[in-house]
Amino acid sequence: MERHFDQDIDGIRQLVLRMGGIVERMIADSLRSLLERDDARAEQVIRSDKEVDVLEKETDELCLSVLARYHPMAVDLRLIAAVMKMVNDLERMGDSAVNIAQGVLLLNREPPLKPYIDLPRMAQLVQNMVRESLDSFVQRDTKLALDICRRDDQIDALYKQLFRELLTFMIEDPKTVTRALHLLLIARNLERIADHATNIAEDVIYYVEGRDIRHLGKAADLPPGSPSTGSEVPIA
Amino acid sequence: MIVSHADPRSNLRDAADAPRAAGLRGAPAPTLPGLLTATERDPALHPKIDDPILVVNDLKLWYGQKQALHGLSMGIAKSKITAFIGPSGCGKSTFLRCFNRMNDLVDDCRIEGKILFEGRDIFEPGVDVNALRKRIGMVFQKSNPFPKSIYENVAYGCRIHGVNRRAELDPIVERSLQGAALWDEVKDRLHESALGLSGGQQQRLCIARAIAVEPEVILLDEPCSALDPIATAKIEELMQELKKSYTLVIVTHNMAQASRCSDYTAFMYLGKMIEYGLTEKLFLNPMKKQTEDYITGRFG
Repeated sequence: MERHFDQDIDGIRQLVLRMGGIVERMIADSLRSLLERDDARAEQVIRSDKEVDVLEKETDELCLSVLARYHPMAVDLRLIAAVMKMVNDLERMGDSAVNIAQGVLLLNREPPLKPYIDLPRMAQLVQNMVRESLDSFVQRDTKLALDICRRDDQIDALYKQLFRELLTFMIEDPKTVTRALHLLLIARNLERIADHATNIAEDVIYYVEGRDIRHLGKAADLPPGSPSTGSEVPIA
Repeated sequence: MIVSHADPRSNLRDAADAPRAAGLRGAPAPTLPGLLTATERDPALHPKIDDPILVVNDLKLWYGQKQALHGLSMGIAKSKITAFIGPSGCGKSTFLRCFNRMNDLVDDCRIEGKILFEGRDIFEPGVDVNALRKRIGMVFQKSNPFPKSIYENVAYGCRIHGVNRRAELDPIVERSLQGAALWDEVKDRLHESALGLSGGQQQRLCIARAIAVEPEVILLDEPCSALDPIATAKIEELMQELKKSYTLVIVTHNMAQASRCSDYTAFMYLGKMIEYGLTEKLFLNPMKKQTEDYITGRFG
């Protein structure tokens, strides 16, 4: 017998995935609008933001209603707590995609600064992180989630590399400053999106194992999970 | 089990038997389920409890041929609230009744194992059951005030001890009613019948009557199941006050209540302890699948 409670929990999962799908598409489209110099696509990204905002509120409302009506416990309680944070991260990812699209609209009015090499590579890595963070949520795969947390360092390194490269452009030729700055902001937004994907992965680990791995230091040092037992209780 | 025996009056009879009661007190400090080394201990069953007032060691209980409790071992933390949860028939009330030997009143009930109360086994021959029940009081599901005045209900235990002077009784009655958060509601009608009180007030009167004889442990067997949410909230609030002076052990069907008001929770099923630990941990991140299924309502 499927309970009303299970239907609501399922509804929450569906909302997160719908929201995640839209955000993924926004990120991909914002980058395509840059590479293909496609204003229409960038404008489409900016319009999509409304959908994400509506879904964020809808998911939060359903979570609160489940809390109020069913007083969920254990894994159900952790799911609700995790989702309420995840939708916030997804919404912020959407905002970052909008920021990228707005930058693209300005960049498209000027000739391209240079062929893009590192930026698409960074974008691809970030998109993988976003997609896999949502996959780890659906499949309750904490190994995958932990792997995403470890990848955040890679993105930070790529961002620093782009920063130095664009800085060189600006120093050599001040006429490139506006374009270089816009590109830098795009890279910055991608780096932010990766941070949000990492937050989602951390929430997935909390939801599945009850372990809070946030702020434990360097990603490489994160403790491996033990999916069967979760965190341990001190033994007398 | 004959319910009239559960009447708190039986707690008080012979309660003034000081020497034997003192014998219970003078025992050495208890050790944790003695008996298990740290490596043998299942972390899902044996949380770290620094100052246990009661230590249960391999407790088994039979009703006739039927075994109701299967080797329970646990420490009950002093000045904390410990809740027993589990589906009907899991043995949680039976277990609670062991702590002040209420099962002695059941004819074909047989018990093996130990419950150490401050180091001494309560099942030892020579333990004065009435003195024990004075130190480990009980409050029942259905409030059971005597058909007397509010004042006399609270004073009853003291009168049995031979305290009869108003000058001595008045402060005890006031202190007990205040301790049970009932004083303000009844101070102008102390000599009216206790039966005129509401259900929630009657239950708090029973708590006042229990604490009038200054027990160390209070056992509560579903104390709120017959009360409305407001009276329930008052009792739960009261429990938080009481734990400053007493150790509380509560059996409840209401998981939300266990999660709201207890410090430790034990989940029992079919006479066995499935999981025992800090309440927050048990309800947020239980270690056993069976616990998880029960508290999330996916049981069976």
